Amino acid sequence: MGRLPLGHGSVVRLARRIALRFAHRFNFPLAGPVLAIGLGIALLGPSDAGWAQSLATVRAASEGASRSIPMGIADARHLLGRVGFGPTLGEVEAYALISRAEAVERLLADVKTSAGAPPPAWVNEPLMPPRSLREGSAEQRQAFQQQEIRRGLELRAWWIGEMLAGPSPLTERMTLFWHNHFTSSQQKVRFVHLMYRQNLLLREKALGNFADLLHAVSKDPAMVIYLDNASNRRDKPNENFAREVMELFTLGEGNYSETDIREAARAFTGWSIDPDTGSFLWRPFIHDSGEKTVLGRKGNFNGDAVLDILLEQPQAAQWVVGKLWREFVAPDFNREDERAEVHRIARVFRDSRYDIRTAVKELLLSQAFWAEGNRAALVKSPVDFVVGTLRQFDVRVHDAMPFALVTAGLGQNLFSPPNVKGWPGGEAWINSATLLSRKQFVERLFRGDEMRGPDTGMAMAEGGEVRGEAARQGPGTAPAHLRQAQFRARMSRAVDETRFDGENWFRRLEDGATHAGSKGSGNAVRGLSLERFVLASAPVNPVPAGVAGRERLRLLTLDPVYQLK
Amino acid sequence: MNHLPLRSTDSPARREFIRRLMGMSMAPAMRSVAPGVSVLFAGGAVAAGAPATAASTRAGADYGRLLILIELKGGNDGLNTLVPFADPAYASLRPRIAQRREELVHVSEREGLHPSLAALQPLWQGGELALIRGVGYPRPNLSHFRSIEIWDTASASEQYIAQGWVARAFAAHPVPRTFAADGVVIGNGEAGPLSGGGRVVTLVSTEQFLRQARLAASGRARGGRALEHVLKVEDDITQAASTLGGAGLLKTQMPDGPFGDAVRNAVQVLAGHGNVAALRLTLNGFDTHQNQAGIHANLLRQLGDGLAALKRALIELGRWDSTLIMTYAEFGRRAQENGSNGTDHGTASVHFALGGKVKGGLYGEAPRLDRLDDGNLVHAVDFRSLYATALQRWWGIEPATVLGGRFPPLDLLNT
Repeated sequence: MGRLPLGHGSVVRLARRIALRFAHRFNFPLAGPVLAIGLGIALLGPSDAGWAQSLATVRAASEGASRSIPMGIADARHLLGRVGFGPTLGEVEAYALISRAEAVERLLADVKTSAGAPPPAWVNEPLMPPRSLREGSAEQRQAFQQQEIRRGLELRAWWIGEMLAGPSPLTERMTLFWHNHFTSSQQKVRFVHLMYRQNLLLREKALGNFADLLHAVSKDPAMVIYLDNASNRRDKPNENFAREVMELFTLGEGNYSETDIREAARAFTGWSIDPDTGSFLWRPFIHDSGEKTVLGRKGNFNGDAVLDILLEQPQAAQWVVGKLWREFVAPDFNREDERAEVHRIARVFRDSRYDIRTAVKELLLSQAFWAEGNRAALVKSPVDFVVGTLRQFDVRVHDAMPFALVTAGLGQNLFSPPNVKGWPGGEAWINSATLLSRKQFVERLFRGDEMRGPDTGMAMAEGGEVRGEAARQGPGTAPAHLRQAQFRARMSRAVDETRFDGENWFRRLEDGATHAGSKGSGNAVRGLSLERFVLASAPVNPVPAGVAGRERLRLLTLDPVYQLK
Repeated sequence: MNHLPLRSTDSPARREFIRRLMGMSMAPAMRSVAPGVSVLFAGGAVAAGAPATAASTRAGADYGRLLILIELKGGNDGLNTLVPFADPAYASLRPRIAQRREELVHVSEREGLHPSLAALQPLWQGGELALIRGVGYPRPNLSHFRSIEIWDTASASEQYIAQGWVARAFAAHPVPRTFAADGVVIGNGEAGPLSGGGRVVTLVSTEQFLRQARLAASGRARGGRALEHVLKVEDDITQAASTLGGAGLLKTQMPDGPFGDAVRNAVQVLAGHGNVAALRLTLNGFDTHQNQAGIHANLLRQLGDGLAALKRALIELGRWDSTLIMTYAEFGRRAQENGSNGTDHGTASVHFALGGKVKGGLYGEAPRLDRLDDGNLVHAVDFRSLYATALQRWWGIEPATVLGGRFPPLDLLNT
């Protein structure tokens, strides 16, 4: 951990320039008058409290009992906001018409094991770049570093794109969940291709089997590098992986001893990677095959055997389910009934031999998930906030790269979690700096400046400026600068093509209401409807009745409640 | 509150504004910013720390005296920071990463600072730099997250407290409401010792903060703890924005790099009209498991140059004599180097205290490499003694209630 890549300063400078271009363009045109007609009250569905109660009394039978009863807008919004990212109007309308149990079933049936968006072209190159690039002259090494940094941004854009447009937001949420559980960071791993492969692995098994996932990710090349197992040898054990696999991946602090870590580290010796192919490599000659004692078990364990010992601990299911609870249900489980529920789901999870789908299903059908007290109870992560906003308002995005940078600016730089513990999340997402940056983002999206003149010449002009600069600096620097110019051109195109089409969006809101048979509702009702769609609970600062359309939307997204889901 | 007009025209001022707005908040996140206190993982039995009540506040803390805390994130290698070169065990434990004696900045016959800390030499010679050796705690925990939690909350090794130790001091002895904020965290990371109460503002730069603050929305509502948290942050922003600012630009040149930026933004807070009692800065990247030499040298150079610049800026502001600067970290590194030319998580380490009122010199005890405990250094000074020094000798606060026990303050301040 903690290695700063070379050329870091230039990345920051580049990021700033990109940010400038991006932020500068983030003034979406208000194309004509906007209609502010909210969703009809008829679509709001039965009261949440009533359904929570019915689930409480007949939990076991709830799947059958509520199968045919539509859950309504509020429940659909809640469910989709938690399992995905800021649901669209269309998704909410569709899910509002089916029952909670049907909805959960459909979400789990729609899970994917691969991404739909085409990855960057370089994924077809060999896993590892040739040694000449990695270990050549200082210039070559620097060029390689810059390439990896650039590719890292492309990778982020690809993933954000999948979150925005992919067919199964739940798959992406779980992929992100595991990214934050089995953390690895590009900062340390450096080879972006390995980060991509890890991402594929996390998606493939995102809702598969946790034991499989643990075994696979432990041997994942990016992980082997990230937690230093590549340099864990019989004669010089490195405890990094052994410690984190217990503390963060399976058991949690306090459920093992320092001796367990040292013994387990010996078992993981020999798990390495081939520096030429970038694939996992078993090196028996640096493996410590002697006897180890781990969590009271004695034997000549290898790494897989230790992982199995960890999985045998009842604490492992408890640990993972606790973390899933915080992801989906509520920020904590301190109350007795909540602890009991986490215990129950952990037992089911363990009995299912770690079927992740089972755990998620139990969580989503639990009474706690639907409880009124747990609505708007979670803080949106930067990805929730940015991807969610873009999805919720059908903002047209052709190239997601700018938004990869925005989420990074808000504290969630994908593929670069701050450390092995991942992003701390929850309330830690919000401090005065990040809160103001979030507000700035939506403010620019919805405040409806007059449209600036079309500016197709800007990217070209910048490219010219950079080429001139490169010429002044002499030969050898031009290619990198040219690439930067191309990159900036891509960024400005991406921002140019990003649009919130207010007129259409409000019309669709109106159509939805009409379609559901709600007509002629007064201003107050329309306002309420817009608010119910935008916010997870009532606004702290109600918007005055006279304020409508885009301005009403802007004010709602500036409300403190918009930070919550 | 500052109302800055936002125009849609493409004026240079606006471009600059946006550049700062986006760029400055983004830059730190493009680096790896390690968090301190756990939120997501704070499962299990997390007992709320008993926040001291306001009843015991009469004593009147002297918050005109500023405390600047600098976290060396990841766990700084103390043995290569203040090198015990005269101890033959040092070189034998570290055949590949030992610092060469002749390159060190000697502070005694037996110890010398890493050459990258050369900028601190004038401070040392001027008697304004205290080096506190062997800072740690009993039954050390080697997890980054748990150990920094222990340091942030001043807890015992097996004790779980939710509130940071500085936040507890502020709860017991409130900072005057006339202050812009109780404390300011530079960057956009966590509040660490300032977390869990008080009026704490996190900002990347004062200018950016004041420009954006108009978007804050105060309000009252019933809701869960998440909503309460957002509302509190909105409130803190509004309050701080009404008093911070009005600063002119400082003449002091700051070193390049993330830490230089942090120092610049810290002194910019102090240059404004509003006052604060504590500032927190971070320097990230000390988790040097592999190929430590270059990485560590770069970090220490940033630290040394940044501290020297901080002193110059504080003198320019007339605050050097009313400022105490202290470093801290979750742990030091293992005495013996590992197989990757790096060091694994360890225990006790050296820390810095500096300021116009600091009595320079060596404190604590030189590392006993002949008496390692399972490969790790045994601490000589409990970290809570450092905190007690700040609380009692600097702010004039009775430390025992805040720290939950008696820890003798060090005699390192001329007061």
